[in-house]
Amino acid sequence: MFWESVVIALDGLRANKMRSILTMLGIIIGVGAVIAMVSIGMGVRDKVQKSIAGLGSNLLIVMPGATAPSGVRVAAGSTTSLTYKDAQAIAREISGVNLVAPSVQRQYQAVFGGKNWITSMQGTTPDFLAVRNFEMADGSFISQRDLDTRDRVAVLGRTVADNLFGEMSPLGQTIRINKSTFRVIGVLATKGQSAGGQDQDDLIIVPLTTAQERMLGITHIHSISVQAENPEVIDQVQQDIATLLRVRHRLQPSVPDDFSVRNLAAVMATAEETTGTITLLLGNTAAISLLVGGIGIMNIMLVSVTERTREIGVRKALGATYANILLQFLIEAIVIGVTGGLIGIAMGLGASYTISSLFGWATVVSVGTILLAFGFSVLIGLFFGLYPARKAALLDPIDALRYE
Amino acid sequence: MKETIAIKDIVKTYLMGDTVVRALAGVSLTIETGEFTAIMGPSGSGKSTLMNILGCLDRPTSGSYKLDGAEVATLSDDELAVTRNKKIGFVFQNFNLLARMSALQNVALPMVYAGVAKNDRLERAKKALTIVGLGERMHHRPNELSGGQRQRVAIARALVNEPTILLADEPTGNLDSRSGDEIMEIFCELNRQGRTVILVTHEPDIAAYTRRTIMFRDGLIVKDERREASACSGKA
Repeated sequence: MFWESVVIALDGLRANKMRSILTMLGIIIGVGAVIAMVSIGMGVRDKVQKSIAGLGSNLLIVMPGATAPSGVRVAAGSTTSLTYKDAQAIAREISGVNLVAPSVQRQYQAVFGGKNWITSMQGTTPDFLAVRNFEMADGSFISQRDLDTRDRVAVLGRTVADNLFGEMSPLGQTIRINKSTFRVIGVLATKGQSAGGQDQDDLIIVPLTTAQERMLGITHIHSISVQAENPEVIDQVQQDIATLLRVRHRLQPSVPDDFSVRNLAAVMATAEETTGTITLLLGNTAAISLLVGGIGIMNIMLVSVTERTREIGVRKALGATYANILLQFLIEAIVIGVTGGLIGIAMGLGASYTISSLFGWATVVSVGTILLAFGFSVLIGLFFGLYPARKAALLDPIDALRYE
Repeated sequence: MKETIAIKDIVKTYLMGDTVVRALAGVSLTIETGEFTAIMGPSGSGKSTLMNILGCLDRPTSGSYKLDGAEVATLSDDELAVTRNKKIGFVFQNFNLLARMSALQNVALPMVYAGVAKNDRLERAKKALTIVGLGERMHHRPNELSGGQRQRVAIARALVNEPTILLADEPTGNLDSRSGDEIMEIFCELNRQGRTVILVTHEPDIAAYTRRTIMFRDGLIVKDERREASACSGKA
C-alpha cells in the first residue's frame, strides 16, 4: 500500500510539472544555502584553528609591559623588564614546562649579492624550533654552541631564502644583516600564512646572544615562548610564571605586573567561539529560507487538495480510507521535500566548491551538515504537508463528489 | 430469495441554517439478491439521500441498514470505506473517471485500495473492460473516449471488485438516447448474470428496463411496484 501511494503521489507531481518544480525550488535554495553557508563557516573555523595551532601547541607567550585596565598594552620591547635569566628561571623552577625560548627581534635589511630583503630578525635559542612548531627543510638549526660563542650564523625562513637566493641553495653562503656578515646554516620548512594573514616564513633566526650583543646592543629580551607539557597544566603554568616573575622583579603587591602572559589556548577558544557564532548565524539565515520553502510546499499542497477535491471524492467512493488519502498527499509533500533536498545538496556542494576555488575561501563540507539538511527537508515536507493531507483525508465523500 | 438490502425506519435529517430538513422520513425497504430496481422521484424527494446511504457514503440519522445481513448504519468512516470498496459498485451520472489515468488504470483503481497485487489488478481490469465491450480501447484516457465509452469504463470499474450491489445514479443522464440504451443493455445483461442492480433515474423510459420501480416523494416511498415485463432486449 505504501508503494502504491508513492506511485500515486509521483503521478500527481508529474501532472503538474512546472508547479512541482517551482515548489521544489524553495527547498532547493534553502538546502543549498544551508550547506554552502555552513561549509563556508566551518571552513573559516578550520583555517583559524589550523593557523593558531601552527603557532605552537600549549604555547604561552610572556611579554614585557603591563596589560592596562583598558586593554591597551604598552608595545613589546618598550620596557626592559624581561631578561634571559627570567627565561632560564622559568625553565628551571616551574614544573609542567616543556621548553622555553626567549627571543629578541627587529626589522633588518638582509643582503646577498645584488639582492636585498627587509625582514624580521629573531634572536633566540635552540628550543624555539620546537616551541613554535617550525621544522627544518635543509641544514641545521642554531645550537647551544652557537649561542655560547655568539656565532654569526643564520637560519632563513623560506620567503627570505627564495627572495635572496632564488633557485640556488643558501647553505654555506654568507649574507649581510645590517653590515654584519652571517653564515647561513639552515632553511626552515614553509609554514604559510598565520591567522592574521602574516607570512610566517618571512624571518631570519640567529642566536639570541649574537642578536643581543652584536646587533641590538641590549641585555633584555622581547618575549619568552613557553611550551607547557600538556593542555591540563597550561593554566597552572601561566599562574606560576606570573608568580615567579613578580618575585624575581621584586614587585610590591600594589604594583601591577610589568609583564603579561598570553595563553594561546585562550585565544584559540575565543577565535573558535567567534567563528562558531558566524557559522551559526549563516546557517540560521539559510534555515529561514528553508522554512520559507516549507511554507511554499504547504501553500501548493493546499491548492492541490482544493483542485483535486473531486478526485478525492472518487477515490473515497471507491474505497480509499482516511489513511490512504492522507498517505497520498503526505508522500507528495515529502517527495517535493526529498527531491528538493537532494538537488539542494548537490547545488550546495557545487556552490561551496565554486566559492572555495573562485575566492580562495576555505570551505569544509561535513557529512553531518548534509544529513542534517536532508533530514530537515524531509521533516519540512512532512510537517508542512500534514495539514493539507489531513484536510484532504477528512473530506466528506459526498461533498467532495459534488464539488465543482 | 435472499435479502441483499434490508433497511428499516431510516430517517435522515440535515441542518440547513436554523431549519431541520427531513430528507428521509422513516423508510423501510428490502431488495433481494438479483433484483433490478429503479428509484424514481422528483428532485428533493430523498432518492439521492437514500442512494448515498445505500452506497455507504452516508449514515442514516436513525434506523437500521443491513447489507448482506451485516449492519452498516453504525460503521466508522474507515469501515464504510472498506464496505464501499468490497460490496458496492458505483456508476455516476458524470462518470467520475480520473482524467490522468488510462481506462485500464481507472478500472484497476478500486483494487489498489483492496490490496490486490499489480499483475492481478491489470488482469482483472482487462477482463472487466472486455465484459463492457471496451477491450480495444483500454489504454485510452477518458478524454479520448465518447460519453458512452466513458460510462462503460465506469461500469467496468464498478464491477471489478465483484460487489454485492451495483448502484447507478442517473447513469444515462449525460448520454444521448442511443448510448443510453446501450448502457442500459449492459445493466440488463449484468442483471441477467445475477447481479443486484439499483439505479436512480427520473426518466420512465430508463426505469422501464427494470423489474421494480420505487417512487419517492417528500422523503417517503409512495409507490413500490414489481412487474414481469422489462425493456431489456434479450430478455429470457
